[in-house]
Amino acid sequence: MSLFVAEGLVMDFGGLRAVDGVSFRIEPGEVFTIIGPNGAGKTTIFNLVSRIYDPSAGRLIFDGEDITRVPPHEVARRGIARTFQNIELFEHATVLQNLLLGRHAHKRSRFVEELLFLPRVRALELEHREAVEKVIEFLDLQPHRDSLVVNLAYGVRKVVEMARALCTRPRLLLLDEPSSGLSVEETEDMAFWIQDIRTILGVTVLMVEHDMSLVSSVSDRVLAVNYGRPIALGTAREVQEHPDVVKAYLGG
Amino acid sequence: MRFIFKTSYVQDLGIFRDGVQRNWYVVLFFGMLALPLLIPAYLVDMSLVFIYGLCGLSLMVLAGYTGLVSLGHAAFLGIGAYTHVYAIHDLGLPWIVGVALACVVTGISGVLVGLPALRMTGVYLSIATLAFALIIQEVLTRWEHVTGGLKGKPVDKPVVFGLYLGGDAAFYFLCLAFLIAGIWLTGNLLRAPTGRAWVAIRDSEIAAQSMGVNLAVYKTSAFAYSAALMGAAGALFAHKIGFLAPDIFTVLLSIQFLLMVVVGGLGSLHGAFFGAVFVALLPVAISQARDLVPVWASTLVSPFGKSAGSATFLAVDQFVKKPGLEPGLFGLILVLFILFEPLGIYGRWRKIQLYFSTFPLYKRATFRRQKAYMRSERLR
Repeated sequence: MSLFVAEGLVMDFGGLRAVDGVSFRIEPGEVFTIIGPNGAGKTTIFNLVSRIYDPSAGRLIFDGEDITRVPPHEVARRGIARTFQNIELFEHATVLQNLLLGRHAHKRSRFVEELLFLPRVRALELEHREAVEKVIEFLDLQPHRDSLVVNLAYGVRKVVEMARALCTRPRLLLLDEPSSGLSVEETEDMAFWIQDIRTILGVTVLMVEHDMSLVSSVSDRVLAVNYGRPIALGTAREVQEHPDVVKAYLGG
Repeated sequence: MRFIFKTSYVQDLGIFRDGVQRNWYVVLFFGMLALPLLIPAYLVDMSLVFIYGLCGLSLMVLAGYTGLVSLGHAAFLGIGAYTHVYAIHDLGLPWIVGVALACVVTGISGVLVGLPALRMTGVYLSIATLAFALIIQEVLTRWEHVTGGLKGKPVDKPVVFGLYLGGDAAFYFLCLAFLIAGIWLTGNLLRAPTGRAWVAIRDSEIAAQSMGVNLAVYKTSAFAYSAALMGAAGALFAHKIGFLAPDIFTVLLSIQFLLMVVVGGLGSLHGAFFGAVFVALLPVAISQARDLVPVWASTLVSPFGKSAGSATFLAVDQFVKKPGLEPGLFGLILVLFILFEPLGIYGRWRKIQLYFSTFPLYKRATFRRQKAYMRSERLR
């Protein structure tokens, strides 16, 4: 059974149809990539999947359940986490605090308990901390644990954001342009991490990406979109050689 | 420079950073206990500092940690004060029940203000809270059989559990106890998931939402908690001023609270208290200066002749006794802080600490701000 299914997604912004009938299925354990020229509607699809936008038409099914009308904060609890194209970290907090917030979907303490910081809250906090430390170790973030995000380099922030998404213990991880703004070496590291996330943690990945070397090295399947419409679906090589994709990128 | 050697996760959960910091707070605590012996004449001002400290804490939670700027917090103070006084005088309830009731009523009104806040951000929210404050002031004026209207409402000295706490020193300790309780509760929330969710909302609503933070719940809870703290402060404030009238809880007072958190340093509990010291003691300092400055000025000028000295005395004296000097000074200080020390007194305090801990190697550039262009495209 597919982990995630999008059926006939349509998104209208006033008169502009940003996404026009996009359907795809993501199988468990695969890396599924969406590519397309600027303004093709990739990020809009992302925002639809993470429920920040309400689709004008179409359905979203995650793990057999319809999540088309689920509120955005509920999505994390169900096992979908995301990163953002223009890093959305909590800048005036430390890396550790950022990652701990990633555990919010697993919050079990009540307001009054927290107000008095009862032993139960303490125990739960330690549990969260252990989960976070595993992610820190997984992504080699130990040196940055206590530094403020504002003081970190861009490349590190990208990793921190991915770490925060992993802290929610997702089953589907959405990565919005994981390589944007990274150097060639950092992009290579990113490719290794995405592979590790898939093979070691067993997390399914849905990714939007421009860097074709990263796309072809990690993706199992690629969907190309243009003007909000899907134009090709297949392996990275098949899609790159598809005449409509070539036309979309080069014109003609 | 001191580095903290961490050996267990529990160390990051404490309210104090480490033993050294805890010891400093113990010293501060005993200092506060001994204060009535040291400066008996200023105890009344110090209780006001503590009450304002609670107010600062309240607004710090909302503006400094959750990023919701309220221009109407004096209204919550008013609701708390009137509820408390109505409960203990007109209903004859015990003192502590009056305080609890004040917290509950302000907490509920905080929720009511917080609900529209879900749809508003930034300056629009501030305007809405300002409107709320004006409405509450009108209600306090008109609802005469509860509030006494413009005639006002006298407040008795506090009697807690049959214990008369009307003396300056007793009231000072009462306020100190409330402030410490407030700091402890707020500190607890801030190191727990709720506090992290508030900070997350401040820094990026969209990311907070994607991580599972229910914006509606946490914005309202921030408003409710902040208002409830204000309610407790209001109960104490009522006893401090001894007479309630609607024109005490004006917009100017709300702005003073905002000044407190901005001057103190947004986003730190220390800042709330630094700001409270500043705002509560500045009028005291100004009234002292009113007497002293003309004398200093005339002694400075007197070498140039006796008549010049007395003329200066008169001119300076006339200037400093002009009404409206205080709000003007408050405004000037706010502008200067925003220009030169956006991190507030707490930011300056951290710099001084760092200067001494790294003594010969202090780098001024450590705190230089860099313009960041990374979050240009926002999804709102």
